[in-house]
Amino acid sequence: MAAPMLRLCCPGRRWALACIDGCSRHRRGAPNGCTSSRKRGQSSVAQQPFITAQKPRKGEHEWAAVVGLEIHAQISSKSKLFSGSQVHFAAPPNSLVSFFDASLPGTLPVLNRRCVEAAVMTGLALNCRINKKSLFDRKHYFYADLPAGYQITQQRLPIAVNGSLVYSFCAGKNRSQVINKTARVKQIQLEQDSGKSLHDDLRSQTLIDLNRAGVGLLEVVLEPDMSCGEEAATAVRELQLILQALGTSQANMAEGQLRVDANISVHHPGEPLGVRTEVKNLNSARFLAKAIDYEIQRQINELENGGEILNETRSFDSKLGCTIPMRDKEGKQDYRFMPEPNLPPLLLYDTESLPAGADPQQVIDIDRIREQLPELPSVTREKLVQQYGMLPEHSFTLLNEVGLLEFFQNVMKETRAEPKKVTSWVLNTLLGFLKQQNLAVSESPVTPSALAELLNLLDRKAISSSAAKQVFEELWRNEGKTPAQIVSEKKLELMQDQEALEQLCHAVMEGHPQVVMDVKKGNPRAINKLIGLVRKVTLSRADPTVIKEILEKKLAS
Amino acid sequence: MWARAWRLGLRALVGGRRGFTCKADTKGSGRITAEVIEHLERLALVDFGSQEAVARLEKAIAFADRLRAVDTDGVEPMESVLEDRCLYLRSDHVIEGNCAEELLQNSHRVVEEYFVAPPGNISLPKLDEQEPFSHG
Repeated sequence: MAAPMLRLCCPGRRWALACIDGCSRHRRGAPNGCTSSRKRGQSSVAQQPFITAQKPRKGEHEWAAVVGLEIHAQISSKSKLFSGSQVHFAAPPNSLVSFFDASLPGTLPVLNRRCVEAAVMTGLALNCRINKKSLFDRKHYFYADLPAGYQITQQRLPIAVNGSLVYSFCAGKNRSQVINKTARVKQIQLEQDSGKSLHDDLRSQTLIDLNRAGVGLLEVVLEPDMSCGEEAATAVRELQLILQALGTSQANMAEGQLRVDANISVHHPGEPLGVRTEVKNLNSARFLAKAIDYEIQRQINELENGGEILNETRSFDSKLGCTIPMRDKEGKQDYRFMPEPNLPPLLLYDTESLPAGADPQQVIDIDRIREQLPELPSVTREKLVQQYGMLPEHSFTLLNEVGLLEFFQNVMKETRAEPKKVTSWVLNTLLGFLKQQNLAVSESPVTPSALAELLNLLDRKAISSSAAKQVFEELWRNEGKTPAQIVSEKKLELMQDQEALEQLCHAVMEGHPQVVMDVKKGNPRAINKLIGLVRKVTLSRADPTVIKEILEKKLAS
Repeated sequence: MWARAWRLGLRALVGGRRGFTCKADTKGSGRITAEVIEHLERLALVDFGSQEAVARLEKAIAFADRLRAVDTDGVEPMESVLEDRCLYLRSDHVIEGNCAEELLQNSHRVVEEYFVAPPGNISLPKLDEQEPFSHG
């Protein structure tokens, strides 16, 4: 999980450049991979025979892509949006279901205060206008994991509107230039999640688990302000970090707590927007950018081959690496929205409008929630850059890996080493070891205190940096020893004893008269051989510059 | 067009407000075409089946059409009769659930602790495309 996240969120140099120079311009060419599965994947779209594309006239092959996102984030709450049953991942099937969740007659929705507060907090963090009055609606569709036959959502008047999500990535020669982009947030609405269907094709049946039915969701609608898969993925990643910082959603894509649908269209710059398709089921950070870029390229190919884009819903097949029309969702659906009759309007207050003597359990004060807003990731990154003189791209990496920032800060608390040195050890050595073994930061066998102690030894020149690497490797094996113990057991400390070192140098010169002769004859490289021999005798525990000084002194005399 | 007329009628039935505001539109003559029936059947996954059912639907629409007779000019539409009531807020505590056994008694078929449903959404076969499928 960690590796793709990093790749995705802090686009590498190649990526960032590609994104900036050519992101909104797409050229003809087959979508990556999937050429063989093309026919199957597009059977219902590409009715026309596949025509080999002719060379386009100049200026004709310029395409701009437009991507908008609908992101569903599961609210982190103990109980569901409208019922008192538990929210928990991977519980026994149908164990977290109340009579309301199963839509038994006579049950009524009772709104969870926590979910409303989470929506308000998320809205504030995304610079939205919070609607003091919002409404609930029923959206009807028939599916076995939606027992009521409708979902309670906020279609007419959502809880938050008109916000913005600023996301940034590093670009430029050394990835030191931070590019900020903004995607407008159209709205945030509260709604119910559906249950889960397990399809058993073999026995031609569907197994229904309603544990997820009725869990509170935040639907965040981003305007089509993005122009490629990587931009969309970076925006989603930033939203994920914000939700996690707020604690309003755990936003773990692997557990389905964050799900993304993308609306995608292409057009020639300066012309009206093209017909859009909706790609659903983008439930993995890894495939988000890939699916969007595939769909953009598919639309360009389709149009250049004289085809047309249908307004349809497609899903991404991660095995084939392409998007396929969803048969279930053919044609335009009529959701028959209607006001939810069992829920009066949701009213929110600010400090000014708060009714006197109101039960504090029954009113929500927007200003109080604003005061409770924690530090947002963009501010955290800025602080890291200012406080530690860190490069912006390093601040991105520290935040993108779950737990890495905390690790770094804990090391910083206990070490006297320079912030730059700590950053380098955490981002290069520690992260490198973690990646190699596919471990999360929390699974690191090296604790922050151990790394801090090691860096202290290095800082007061008790050990050399190559010895420090060796100690780190020992620590990684996790045999319960402290860095100091490892250093003394392996005799890794730098030789501070000048006299002893001089004796060793003398002994080496005695033992290799031929090499000494070479030096005296004026071979400049011969002294390096002597240095190497002394280092070997000292088991690499002596500083080569000191050895060189001693040898030169002795050879001159 | 007929589909539209039906939708207006439906909104008049359930939504109230929109029906009122659209009274200038198609006045129902009460006849419903086969296409409209098919569209409705697909939306609702309900088989209207007989001539009798269609007649009942036509009557329902005619009934709803009477709403158009009410003059609502200058009247602020209401969302609900409860719209001036307080929306009760519940504290985030787990107080329900753990009743799978009882709930599953409602199910025709059960596998382990799961409800069993037919595969996907089986829409009614189109008139021109009789696709064979088997029920689970």
